[in-house]
Amino acid sequence: MPISLNAYREIASPGRVELLYRLSQQTIGKRMLHITGNRTGGEIGEILHTLIPLLTEVGLDVRWERIKGTGSFHEAVQTFRNGLQGEDVKVPDAVLEGYREAIHQTGRTLDLSADSVISHDPDTLGLIDYAPTDSRWIWRCYLDASRPQRKTWAFLRPYIIKYDAAVFSLPQFAQPLPVPQFLVYPSIDPLSEKNRELEPEEITETLDKLQIARDKPILLQVSRFTRSKDLRGVIEAYRLVKSHFDCRLVLAGTASADDLDEQAVLNDVRDAAAKDEDIHIVPLPPESSLDINALQRAATIVIQKSRREGFGLSVTEAMWKGKPVIGSETGGITLQIMYGQTGYTSNSVEGTAFYVRHLLNNPAIALEMGGRARDRVRQNFLITRHLEDYLSLLIFMGRL
Amino acid sequence: MNDFRAPAPFRFVGCVELREMLGRKAADVQQLMAGIEEVPADSIYYHTHSYFLRYEHGPSLFPSDFATWVAVSVRDRVLSERLGLIDPFEFRDVEGLRAAIVATIDDHLKSLWNVPRLIHGDPFEFVSSHILEVDLELSAQSLQEFRDHLATVDRSVLFNHICEAKIRKGRHSGDFILWIGSESGLNLPDLATQIGAIQPIGLTLEGIRTRTLDILDHWLARTVPA
Repeated sequence: MPISLNAYREIASPGRVELLYRLSQQTIGKRMLHITGNRTGGEIGEILHTLIPLLTEVGLDVRWERIKGTGSFHEAVQTFRNGLQGEDVKVPDAVLEGYREAIHQTGRTLDLSADSVISHDPDTLGLIDYAPTDSRWIWRCYLDASRPQRKTWAFLRPYIIKYDAAVFSLPQFAQPLPVPQFLVYPSIDPLSEKNRELEPEEITETLDKLQIARDKPILLQVSRFTRSKDLRGVIEAYRLVKSHFDCRLVLAGTASADDLDEQAVLNDVRDAAAKDEDIHIVPLPPESSLDINALQRAATIVIQKSRREGFGLSVTEAMWKGKPVIGSETGGITLQIMYGQTGYTSNSVEGTAFYVRHLLNNPAIALEMGGRARDRVRQNFLITRHLEDYLSLLIFMGRL
Repeated sequence: MNDFRAPAPFRFVGCVELREMLGRKAADVQQLMAGIEEVPADSIYYHTHSYFLRYEHGPSLFPSDFATWVAVSVRDRVLSERLGLIDPFEFRDVEGLRAAIVATIDDHLKSLWNVPRLIHGDPFEFVSSHILEVDLELSAQSLQEFRDHLATVDRSVLFNHICEAKIRKGRHSGDFILWIGSESGLNLPDLATQIGAIQPIGLTLEGIRTRTLDILDHWLARTVPA
């Protein structure tokens, strides 16, 4: 069934959908092109799969094209992603050449005509050299590019400054650039499988399937199994809580069997959990939206103890489900959690344990915080706000 | 029966905000003051008014991002409280507000030996606000119509007709009060005065809406015979 903006009337703030329909009167018939790498998935894929039908419904002529790259193109893109986020990567000339070749092939063959072109992440940056002169090109960067590796930045920057504008998810992710830089937060779709309302039976079935009893409060962290998520720290915090409150800890997230680093972290976390039967380590296959939804809804408190984080949409998802979140002061977590109102931020094991204990001891406060968390997401981090930002950007860029 | 009809209708116009990052940061109070002195007026406006659009569930304790950052990240309570006392709605334009903020920080710095620095969280990031109006093609000719539409429109309508009108468009009483009180509108100056007494500081847009509706409902109940 096609996605309709009308479906969000009861979910978004009152009057917001009507406002969006009126706003879109200014962009009817405009041609918009989104370009991504062909392996784009995760956050960007989830957003575009919802956003493009909505943009189309409100009258834009929208296309989504993907670069068909070879092995060296994908290697280059992964190198750029890591390098943009500050990793000390090696950028061999052959890899750069593979990137240039894929861009060249795409630039020659792909129809790039549009009123506005949104190029997502570093994958498609080089296509700016093939841009028709009558369109506006916007680079949409989801990564934390605040401290890029210099060689990567030196290669990418000449492309970036040819764009008409850049869009980042947080001010602290941006770089000094001679083009206008706009702020657009990522978003979640409240009607998606990962975020839709669930029947109590669906939650029960999922937890039964995952063999997690609901006999005591559940602390949950949803994240990849990487070192940056500080899963050992979460277990240490849980142990500090456990001596006062009987509770369970669930560490869940998608995990790739091919990723050796992830498997190593998974083994490390299993070691740290030892034989504690109240710690549940739940590696999930990529398409596990319903499982994650059910776990978040069953949780009493959600933790996001990342050492480094992008925007942190798993925090957004938990807040949307009315859960207080205790998260680290990094990336978008700081922006999303309003300290003392929708949850708490803390960078230490002890701090995390302290706030968990406080909320377990005061369920009424936790409930109240969860309600405010949901309102905060409703206002700032739903797909309807994302639609608003894109329409605004188009209108504004058209006036420059 | 007086149904309070106006010669000219009130048109409800909402708005959306596009945020532009200026690439300017401050890591201490001196840098914050220099930034406030130099950034475009649209940035001062963003940091002193746009929080109304960002916070729905509860009012921000401080009436500007500057005061909040000084309190949370620099932890200079005295300065944050002094900045917190500056009411953005007391000023006729952004430049007057900017001058007051700068004077307050400057005076505070003169009393100190050291410049208070960032000790927690991120540097202050200057952001600029671009407001785009959205005509809802909705109008009211009578007080009852005005009340009914006001109860259901997107809350950005309140931002546009209060903050934008007062600070950026020179309509210092705000559009609601102007229409209710003027002869080209409803010509109800007493009602306009009552609504004008609502202090936006410390309220959310929903809070302002609720108080305005309370006054309108009371007025309508008092003046319309059963």
